[in-house]
Amino acid sequence: MINFIIRNIWQRIILLVFISIISHSVIHLAPGEPSLVDPSNPRMKPEDIQRIRAAYHLDEPLHTQYVFWVRDLFTGELKSFKDNQPVLKKIWDRFLNSLPLFIVSMMIVWFLAFPIGIKAALNRNSKFDRASTFLSYALISIPGFFLAYLLIIFMVKTFDVPVIGMRTFGLEEAPFLFRAMDRVWHLTLPALISAVGGMAVLSRYVRSQMLEVIYQDYMRTARAKGLPEDQVIYRHGLRNALLPFITMFGLTIPGLIGGSVIFETIFAWPGMGRLGFEAILARDFPVILTLTFFSAILVLIGTLISDILYGVADPRIKL
Amino acid sequence: MDEPIAADALAPSKGLFQERWVILKRNPMAYASFWFLIALFSFAIMGKVFTQNIIIFDPKIVRLSEKFLPPLTLYTSKLTPKEDAPAMGIYLLGTDELGRDVFARMIEGSFVSLTVGFVAVGISLTVGIFFGGLAGFYGRVKLGFITVDTLIMRFVDIMLCFPSFFLILTVVALLPPSIYNIMIVIGLTSWMGIARFVRAEFLSLRDQDFVTAARSQAIPEWRIIFIHMVPNAIAPVLVSATIGVATAILTESSLSFLGFGVQPPDATWGNILADGKTFLFDAPWLTFIPGFTILFVVLAFNLCGEGLREAFNPKLRSTP
Repeated sequence: MINFIIRNIWQRIILLVFISIISHSVIHLAPGEPSLVDPSNPRMKPEDIQRIRAAYHLDEPLHTQYVFWVRDLFTGELKSFKDNQPVLKKIWDRFLNSLPLFIVSMMIVWFLAFPIGIKAALNRNSKFDRASTFLSYALISIPGFFLAYLLIIFMVKTFDVPVIGMRTFGLEEAPFLFRAMDRVWHLTLPALISAVGGMAVLSRYVRSQMLEVIYQDYMRTARAKGLPEDQVIYRHGLRNALLPFITMFGLTIPGLIGGSVIFETIFAWPGMGRLGFEAILARDFPVILTLTFFSAILVLIGTLISDILYGVADPRIKL
Repeated sequence: MDEPIAADALAPSKGLFQERWVILKRNPMAYASFWFLIALFSFAIMGKVFTQNIIIFDPKIVRLSEKFLPPLTLYTSKLTPKEDAPAMGIYLLGTDELGRDVFARMIEGSFVSLTVGFVAVGISLTVGIFFGGLAGFYGRVKLGFITVDTLIMRFVDIMLCFPSFFLILTVVALLPPSIYNIMIVIGLTSWMGIARFVRAEFLSLRDQDFVTAARSQAIPEWRIIFIHMVPNAIAPVLVSATIGVATAILTESSLSFLGFGVQPPDATWGNILADGKTFLFDAPWLTFIPGFTILFVVLAFNLCGEGLREAFNPKLRSTP
């Protein structure tokens, strides 16, 4: 077990090194530079551009730049091109903002997808099954921002609540309960929208997994023993259907960055996705690179956790 | 006495695709989506012809006195010259903020959007089949200390670690804006699943008798791969390609929303929608028409792909 974990971590560290090299070269080989963002600014003289380029090592060869980046990243010295703030602190602040959104939307996904999927599998070809199948395809197919706009109009017109941003400006003095409600309203819609796609996919997956389990021999045996139907389905069926979802859980973690760019932009939520988008607009290479690296680390941690859990949950797998 | 058995007596009563077709027909939603997509393709080609070659619907005419007209408005203006009138004297889907005919823009956009989807998927198919085939067929060949299979599959793992939308956005934003860059970038970031499929299929095909037979006849390896093995491995790949087109269309619309999609004057559903959202309250049709078009088309691709997946997967079919 310990050997397995150590070997896995070692392999992942090697992968990370390659990922950092590839992302570094992709970003630096593509045309477009921080000094070219605002070419019409009359205050930017060629000497200034030269000074900036020298300060950020932009004139060095690529591999030297890579070494500088890695060194600065691990000593925590890495500075953003845009505002000279430490990159790690910027990302950490935005991470703390993204985290509640991510946790709430994940909870919506996992708590809704399972009941829907199980019910659809148990009543195969019923009206509920057909409706949920069609609805989940429709939810996968709708452009996310289009749905977001429709829901914003609906929420604001029906409930008359604020939905844009993280909190209402100027409520700092309000009583605690009032502030808490304000935060909850601001969180509801973005979390719901981010959950929609995942929910549709996961409920389909739960349905197909349950269908595979339901017709197994051991289910018939359990019924033949005279066990109550609930126990047959949840103890004998669901527990066996659950295994693949351990993998799914590991794969949802990277959604923390990649999936949230659009929604954080729409809802003006100061999270990691928007930080990335702003960094792209400003050609802020250190931030873009570190975010990509960070999300690769998240993916690898996610798959590592799911590998370990898989070994723990399924005794047939020898680590 | 020992008369040779006629060749067609041995042939299966139905070909592979005939049989699948019958199964697909049983799934009404997938079958309807299939015909919907066929209709859409002919519509898009007609749109291309009528907006570029024989100009009946001109998406580029700007009529500033006619802006924000709701759908089904008749052409009655005295200010716009006669030759700028819309086809048949009616704005079927209204006009936008520059007085351009939304219907003409939508049919022009159908062709561009579908092209983006198909070219992107074509690129990811090519790269995916190439790498997957290489890993599956030459997997045991050693390059120094690692095998080809390890090398390629580790590379696939690395590519899967990147947050794909963020990567697409980064590259598209750094490159000069062009419709080709968007297609290429979407294609180059979505081939990993296909490579895995093809590799798995090739691993099981590699040791089958027909491949050994082909080898024994000294048929060149590229011929074995492309003429003998790829057709046997292609069915699951095509299914995931169908769904890939849907994903590419959605990705393009998301890029358009952030301002990095296909740039004007080319119209796509995505950028009509992204432009229209500014006028959501004054001219809701500018948002709803492209929005629901994307929804229906992507839905049709998904349902059709899922129907095909079921038809080509005997395991899914046989469950009672």
